[in-house]
Amino acid sequence: MMTEKQPFRLATGGLVDRAAPLNFSFDGRAITGFAGDTLASALLANGVRLVGRSFKYHRPRGILSAGVEEPNALVEHRSGSRREPNSRATVLELYDGLVATSQNRWPSLRCDLLSVNSWVSSFIAAGFYYKTFMWPASFWERIYEPMIRRAAGLGRTAPAHDPDTYEKATAFCDVLVIGGGPAGIAAAVAAGRTGARVILCDEDFVLGGGLLGDKAEIDGESGVDWARTMAGELAAMPEVSVMGRTSVTGVYDGGVFGAVQRVSDHLPEPPVHQPRLRFWRIVARRSILAAGAIERPIAFGNNDRPGVMLAGSVRTYINRYGVAPGRRAVIFANNDGAAGTLDDLAAAGVGVAAVVDSRDGGSAAVSAAAARHGAVMHAGAMVTQAHGGHGLRSVEVLTSDRQRERISCDLLAMSGGWNPTIHLTSHLSGRPRWDEAAAAFLPGSLPPGMTVAGAATGNADLNACLASGAANGLAAAHDCGFSGRLPFWRGYGSGDGQSHRPVQPLWRVPGARGKAFIDFQSDVTTDDIDLSVREGFGAAEHVKRYTALGMATDQGKTSNVAALGVLAEIAGTDMASQGTTTFRPPYTPVAIGALAGHARGMDFHPRRLSPAHPFETEQGAVFVEAGAWLRAQYYPRPGETWLQSAEREVRTVRGGAGICDVSTLGKIDIQGPDARAFIERIYCNNFAGLQPGRARYGLMLREDGFVLDDGVTMCFSDTHFVMSTTTANAPVVMQHMEFHHQCVWPELDVQLTSVTEQWAQFSVAGPLSRELLRRVVDRQHDIANESFPFMSVAQVTVAGVTARLARVSFSGELAYEIAIPAQYGDSLLRELMRQGEAFGVCLYGTEALAIMRIEKGHVAGGELNGHTTAADLGLGKMMSAKKDYVGRILAQRPALRDPERPTLVGLLPLDHGSQVRAGAHLVASGQVANLENDEGYVTSSAYSPMLGRWIALGLLASGNNRTGEVVRACDPLRGTESLVEICSPQFYDPTGERLHG
Amino acid sequence: MRIHCPYCGERGVEEYSYRGDATVRRPDANGPDALERFVEYLHLRDNPAGSHQEFWQHLHGCRAWLVVQRDVRTHAIESVVAASRRVAR
Amino acid sequence: MRAWRDAEPRPQYDVVIVGGGGHGLATAYYLAKEHGISNIAVLEKSYIGSGNVGRNTTIIRSNYLHPANARFYERSLKLWEGLEQDLNYNVMVSQRGVLNLFHSDGQRDAFARRGNAMRLNDIDAGLLDEAEVRRLLPYLDFDNARFPIRGGLLQPRGGTVRHDAVAWGYARGADRRGVDIIQNCEVTGIHIERGRVTGVETNRGVIRAAKVALCCAGNSSRVATMAGLRLPIESHVMQAFVTESVKPLVDMVVTFGAGHFYISQSNRGGLVFGGDIDGYNSYAQRGNLPTVEAVMESAMALMPGLGRLRVLRQWGGLMDMSMDGSPIIGLTPVEGIYLNAGWCYGGFKATPASGWCFAWTIARNQPHELNAPFRLDRFASGHVIDEKGAGAQPNLH
Repeated sequence: MMTEKQPFRLATGGLVDRAAPLNFSFDGRAITGFAGDTLASALLANGVRLVGRSFKYHRPRGILSAGVEEPNALVEHRSGSRREPNSRATVLELYDGLVATSQNRWPSLRCDLLSVNSWVSSFIAAGFYYKTFMWPASFWERIYEPMIRRAAGLGRTAPAHDPDTYEKATAFCDVLVIGGGPAGIAAAVAAGRTGARVILCDEDFVLGGGLLGDKAEIDGESGVDWARTMAGELAAMPEVSVMGRTSVTGVYDGGVFGAVQRVSDHLPEPPVHQPRLRFWRIVARRSILAAGAIERPIAFGNNDRPGVMLAGSVRTYINRYGVAPGRRAVIFANNDGAAGTLDDLAAAGVGVAAVVDSRDGGSAAVSAAAARHGAVMHAGAMVTQAHGGHGLRSVEVLTSDRQRERISCDLLAMSGGWNPTIHLTSHLSGRPRWDEAAAAFLPGSLPPGMTVAGAATGNADLNACLASGAANGLAAAHDCGFSGRLPFWRGYGSGDGQSHRPVQPLWRVPGARGKAFIDFQSDVTTDDIDLSVREGFGAAEHVKRYTALGMATDQGKTSNVAALGVLAEIAGTDMASQGTTTFRPPYTPVAIGALAGHARGMDFHPRRLSPAHPFETEQGAVFVEAGAWLRAQYYPRPGETWLQSAEREVRTVRGGAGICDVSTLGKIDIQGPDARAFIERIYCNNFAGLQPGRARYGLMLREDGFVLDDGVTMCFSDTHFVMSTTTANAPVVMQHMEFHHQCVWPELDVQLTSVTEQWAQFSVAGPLSRELLRRVVDRQHDIANESFPFMSVAQVTVAGVTARLARVSFSGELAYEIAIPAQYGDSLLRELMRQGEAFGVCLYGTEALAIMRIEKGHVAGGELNGHTTAADLGLGKMMSAKKDYVGRILAQRPALRDPERPTLVGLLPLDHGSQVRAGAHLVASGQVANLENDEGYVTSSAYSPMLGRWIALGLLASGNNRTGEVVRACDPLRGTESLVEICSPQFYDPTGERLHG
Repeated sequence: MRIHCPYCGERGVEEYSYRGDATVRRPDANGPDALERFVEYLHLRDNPAGSHQEFWQHLHGCRAWLVVQRDVRTHAIESVVAASRRVAR
Repeated sequence: MRAWRDAEPRPQYDVVIVGGGGHGLATAYYLAKEHGISNIAVLEKSYIGSGNVGRNTTIIRSNYLHPANARFYERSLKLWEGLEQDLNYNVMVSQRGVLNLFHSDGQRDAFARRGNAMRLNDIDAGLLDEAEVRRLLPYLDFDNARFPIRGGLLQPRGGTVRHDAVAWGYARGADRRGVDIIQNCEVTGIHIERGRVTGVETNRGVIRAAKVALCCAGNSSRVATMAGLRLPIESHVMQAFVTESVKPLVDMVVTFGAGHFYISQSNRGGLVFGGDIDGYNSYAQRGNLPTVEAVMESAMALMPGLGRLRVLRQWGGLMDMSMDGSPIIGLTPVEGIYLNAGWCYGGFKATPASGWCFAWTIARNQPHELNAPFRLDRFASGHVIDEKGAGAQPNLH
């Protein structure tokens, strides 16, 4: 690839490696930068100043800053499925092969046809949309809105699934230091030397923060060298972790911080086995916020032109990146930082045409610097307007004697003072307060355990930063039980002794000409704020919501405070009475992938597998998700549809024997002297008489009187029961019982243990099931019909292994459930199948299970839906009148006893060939199908192989008394309707003879 | 948010499950106004904006139900005791 | 011209509405417009629209199962459909469709039951199979999903609305009809004499009124306590998120059936999404990381192309979580106090119907048939409106 020269790169200086050129492309143009560059510094080095377009007006935009606050220089980074829209060029670390594309322009960046929006801007000022586009009514959705939607948005998301991976991790420490500038380093060193566990997070890829963009000295070495020395000391401390490229983005309760580590964003692709990003949950006992400060722009006409930059960022490009951001500069500031800017520009060989100091009378320090470098000094003056389209050409200055002067320049370094970076202090609802002396918002109440150091306190003086960092670091370590000495460093900033503090904030220039932007990216101007106030949207939050101020990707970092300043001016009040600005997480935008971590695709949720899953897979099972479980749905033979397979499975069970894996059923082991008493209070039916060796069907209600779950509970002794629950409700039932045990009746001496995972369990069903089991259960166990009747349970052995056998049936056939410790589950199923071969046994899945239970009218998920009472399900008689149990009292409420409630019925389509689907609604025949006439619905339906037709269960108003009536099953969603006859829900073997076979 | 389980130590809130007001007590089912009392027990809440006594379960830990005193304005946790060990009313 | 006057409180009104959110302002608007009562003050402790009307995910829909909900929310949707012309203010009602995805046969059956209930009530609904969903939303994860998408229940008339504009539009409309909208006016007490309300105490003095209407979801219990009422409500925090603005991607509102997650794209280009409540009582208007992470996991499970898109802001709103997941709109045991509360996370879409019904209730001192089922004493009678069948536990709704 051809490399170009870098016309704006300084011959020497900066932290870039001139021996390590990196090739990259911007809008298809091949360009070269150096290792250590950001995309922004490399673009500037190559004279690229037009980088993007604004959101609404599509105005040409360049590079405003050198940090995370950047509102303008946003690009699409990478391409294809790795495309990342809205990436800030100012923090995008350059690597070889980086591809960046400008966004929100058509057809090209230089020639953007939507920039006409700028000319019609008087029509699309703040609040414009609310007041128009209503008429004619139909035009909004058909014409106006599609136009607006097409025009909205900046970059484009990736067109395909993200190929990279993400991780999450948790770290614990005594002291978390946020920010790697002088204060943060001082804090980490002070705390680290005590032996405390310290984590220092810095969002940059080089430690040093503000030192990197400055020409400071500390203890005789350059600030950059001092940062390196300290980094070396920190690296040698075993209890200290320095996490670079890591942004702390959120503060949460209990000393929990969220942080994003950019593991691979500076590389062409993540290395093998490495994620792109790692999201950290950091749990810290104490934290020190040393996040520095962000410089304020000033609102004057066309202050958005490429070439208008923040002064501190100009210095950063010179000192850190060895780049001159222009050839001829004007400085516009309201503080003494202008002197340092002037020194740095001069040292870089950039001509300074003029220094415009907005303060009345200027300041001695700035005037002296101007004189030193031969720059024209305008004290008490203002820049009112910038000229130039795609790049700054000149500025107009209104001098103190009201003269307008035009000064040609291609760079304006502006500084309206500094906003301490206190975002994290308000994440736990702390409200920043305006400090008149600092002319800045300072932290209000802090998150528990947090202190603030350095420029974030409102004092950017280097020695103050070092001292506050050291003191806070040591204090935090002390709080965690460590002790040590207070370190001391002496620093000399390039403007040592000068205060960065402006005497008076300058939010907007009076007499500015042209659009004066407050929020660059959202295109919110000072006029928009005026308009907003005029229309009654004067509260700070109303301004934001009305104008979209602060809603852009920079999250208002350069605009929120300025907007309050403008509001205060309009209202003629001080800042304090404008209220405050608070910040919510995240501090900087966080990729969704990072917050999701590995959880996506098949790893979204863990899968629970039955112990016999391997064998079932071998047998060709088709699995279905049942909550977290995968269950065998059916076992198709070649050429069979699911329905054919299920039908065959049902016939096999009803005609011989089948085996179904029911390991997923919840199993709760209940032991203790009060076990029976406890069960009595949980189930609505009677368990007082249940003898050891017997099982009973139980129904449990919620305290509100509706049915919670059902299942069979086995009694092994007076102090030992095993309850089974439905698969879906197993966790809920366990929690319900634990709550009642521990919180409601702690006096009951009982222990509850979930043993769902400890036991594999199989239903062996069908007329031949007993014969089959005889071949599997060890011979000494008598399971003859008479000695082991329906609802018997026993501890048995299978090949010497302890197992539990229960004669229970969901299918309505002679059936057993056999449970064995989970590690034998797969073997037991194989053995059952091997022994069953002689009986023509088959495996059956949840489909056949469902068909058979519907044939028998047993309730399941469709009926146990949280809306039904015991009586609704035909189980009202189970509710004991002789004891207290959960749900007893509230089940007596009138609405739950209403005789017209829908109750469980069987439904048979009159037309034998027609299907009734679950979800159809029931309407009396002859009635219009509407909500008034809606009398119930179909809860479950199935094709019954035994009856040779579709059958269904439903809940129908007063259903108990309507047997024989014909109603309509209406399914307008699927465009079907059929007449169904109401019958008993027991379609097959209603007298239950087969159970006892 | 992190809760100090008396059995397991301090753990993240993601290990816990919540179940509301712990000041309510299940009424006597045989009392004369049982229905009214149960309606109140299950439904009516003080819901104060301040210190709140509430049930949490260390669901993904020891499964103990806890009574936690917590300021619902700040989420600051004031005390934690095991529900089964709290002093009877 | 100002959208509404900055009114000073007067000593007496016919009706005092506590809460200048969407519901309070809509109530004032309909009282003035439909019932000729305009001597009304809306008292807002902060700025209007500072509560949940400006903190939600802007979704409107009427895809409910329970008849009371279906009727009520459908009335709301109808009011939304004519709101811009009614108010002469563009609240950007955008009926792009709401699609609830399902992932299992059981879920399909439950959705079919709900969709058929909607159709029986003349509400638009369609049941889509997987292929149809794939055609509509090809960027979802169909082929490597832990919980495969089997189809969806679509309500084409569902969609989104520019939430802040709803408060502003109602405020403007109410103001034009003479209603006093009083910001920075916090109610600190409620005066009751012999079982009748006589007025409220505020940080700006006592204001007398024979009718006091409470519209302060999130803080309903706090305000009701001033009237000696104990409510079937817990205050919970619900978080929501918006991403950086990107070119159009998600054209409708999509809800994930295998996790708590819903997403849409605003007219500015940001993806707006959320999930479940944090699940514990809170008045802090902010939540914690586990919920954030759970929401993002669902986002990636559903739309794995979102990995590189960045979340720009997260915020929390206070939800009045009622014991059956449904609101309370109606009379209270204190004469002259009317309650509009318990919206859980369904409050925004209800705004027009809530205001409309509540205005009726206040004007006539009896509920309209649309809000009659949402009465405060339904828990005693058992006539709960439990859409999900989750029982009396607020954080399960």
